[in-house]
Amino acid sequence: MMPRGEALLRRIPWTLVVFLAALVVPWLGSRYDTLIATLIAIDALFAVSLNLLLGTTGLVSFGHVAYFGIGAYICGILMKTYGVAFTLALPAAALGTAAFALVFGFFCVRLIRIYFAMLTLAFSQIVWAICYKWNDVTGGDQGLPNVPYPDFDWLSAVPWFGDLRVDDQFYLLTIVIVALSLAAMQRIIGSPFGRMLTTIRENPERAAFIGINVRAYELAAFVVAGGFAGIAGALFGISSRGVFSDFVYWPKSAEVMIMTILGGMEHFWGPVVGAATLVLLNDKITSYTEYWPLVLGIILLVLLFAFPGGIVGGIVAGVSRLRRRAGRRARA
Amino acid sequence: MPASFLFGQFLGGLTTAMFLFLIASGLSLVFGVMRVLNFAHGSFYMIGAYLAWQAVQWLTPLLSGFWPAVLAAALGVALLGFIVERLLLRHLYGREELYQLLFTYALVLILGDAAKAAWGTQQLSVSRPAILAGGFDIFGTTLPAYNLFIMLLGPTIAVAAWLALTRSTAGRMVRAAALDREMLGALGANVGAIYTGMFVVSSFLAGLAGALVTPIQSIVPGMDVSIIVDAFIVVVIGGLGSFWGTFWGSVIYGQVLSFGILIFPGFSLFSVFALMAVILIVRPWGLFGRPLR
Repeated sequence: MMPRGEALLRRIPWTLVVFLAALVVPWLGSRYDTLIATLIAIDALFAVSLNLLLGTTGLVSFGHVAYFGIGAYICGILMKTYGVAFTLALPAAALGTAAFALVFGFFCVRLIRIYFAMLTLAFSQIVWAICYKWNDVTGGDQGLPNVPYPDFDWLSAVPWFGDLRVDDQFYLLTIVIVALSLAAMQRIIGSPFGRMLTTIRENPERAAFIGINVRAYELAAFVVAGGFAGIAGALFGISSRGVFSDFVYWPKSAEVMIMTILGGMEHFWGPVVGAATLVLLNDKITSYTEYWPLVLGIILLVLLFAFPGGIVGGIVAGVSRLRRRAGRRARA
Repeated sequence: MPASFLFGQFLGGLTTAMFLFLIASGLSLVFGVMRVLNFAHGSFYMIGAYLAWQAVQWLTPLLSGFWPAVLAAALGVALLGFIVERLLLRHLYGREELYQLLFTYALVLILGDAAKAAWGTQQLSVSRPAILAGGFDIFGTTLPAYNLFIMLLGPTIAVAAWLALTRSTAGRMVRAAALDREMLGALGANVGAIYTGMFVVSSFLAGLAGALVTPIQSIVPGMDVSIIVDAFIVVVIGGLGSFWGTFWGSVIYGQVLSFGILIFPGFSLFSVFALMAVILIVRPWGLFGRPLR
């Protein structure tokens, strides 16, 4: 039997609470808070999309930033160079990125373990080289500055929303898109398809023996993860007012991986917690010292050696230990 | 295009190639034996360059210090590698490769900032040793003596390492460890010591490459992150864990880079990546590697 307090805690729809809390940031917080909240939301989506490969399917992709970058470039190029509306550019970015993920993934899923990681890294570096050098389309090393915000003129007539700054309006749009994407991914992971992915993670050989086409499932997961990473990238390009080749450089793949591990990859919300923690820590620590990478490296070492389950994994383990102790005391 | 110009490009490509070989060989050895993709290998290379600069500053009044500085830098990085392997990395061998990858990335972050704290962010450079200051005229192009030295050093190290791997008992043990770690351990060999040794040798090579590159390239923060990608491409082209593959991979990389500039100006970087992509698609195990299980 659960203690009464715990039953009450469980009855609260936490997802909804967090979503609503995120929604009121523009009215309660400063402009800077909105910026940080936008970053958290985008990184959370990016990290959860990676975790679909890492935690759910057991595929170590070290090139996930490629899809983030491709999404950012597709959306940025469509909106800036061709003046396409956001409502078309975002789906185009998601689908375009998914198409790239299909092509790259086709080759990657033929390899296993560390070789898979290296091939994904190699493809992400190819994407980086193209973005960095193809001046006519991507702006090369100058990038693609001044990507416009979506058109929010229609909001001006709406009370409450009309007098918000455009970055606040974009933040609200980001929150809604991220929430919908997370909900979609949670459904995907909970679906029979998602269960198959977990089966593959646990034992690919056995999955193959019972007739699952392992490669096809892995490729499907790769494409879905790529598409959602593309959405995150597209949002990031707009919120940072431009798309630059650093978005695709390999250390960013490591960064999103750190977010995922920090939060805990065994839980759906782990990467979200990790993204929020890392963005907030980065914000606090860079105001004291320029040596943020050093701090991040040390956090990572502590994580790898002491808390491989991440924050959420640690909390879950701690709670179950407490519960066991409470149970023992109740029996005694 | 005059023939002498093309020959000059060829020599330039070869110099790049031999530098890359020095770096990539260590990366390939560690991967081949320990199956660890060491991102920190580029950081070891950078630390080697900084240590060489520092040693030159300290040694200059005593003895004209390039060669001792190079040796000191390489040994210093080897010591760093020893500490890293003994204290930390060895605890991760049984874990998933994800944790090993992230561990080496944590080293990249920490060593990058440590170098910034110790040596600042300005560009540093080391002058060429007096004995190799001159140059030779070959077929109408001038080849600096230092570049010739590097071109000769690359194959020398390659042959030496190959002989050590194939002819010595230690080399046989290393190759056995690459094939089947557990079986070698069951036969009574000290696999932990072999791994430590491999990591130290690999760090030594990275430090050596970093120290030797100082006369022709300035030392800057960020050289760690960019060189590791080049070394990675070389290893992928040649074949993961294949020793001669790394050698020929470097040669191919150098030539594609130096002639790619002529064919697609501004896209030379792209030509190397395109080559890597084609190889990955056609032969994911590289030109000289064996097919994966």
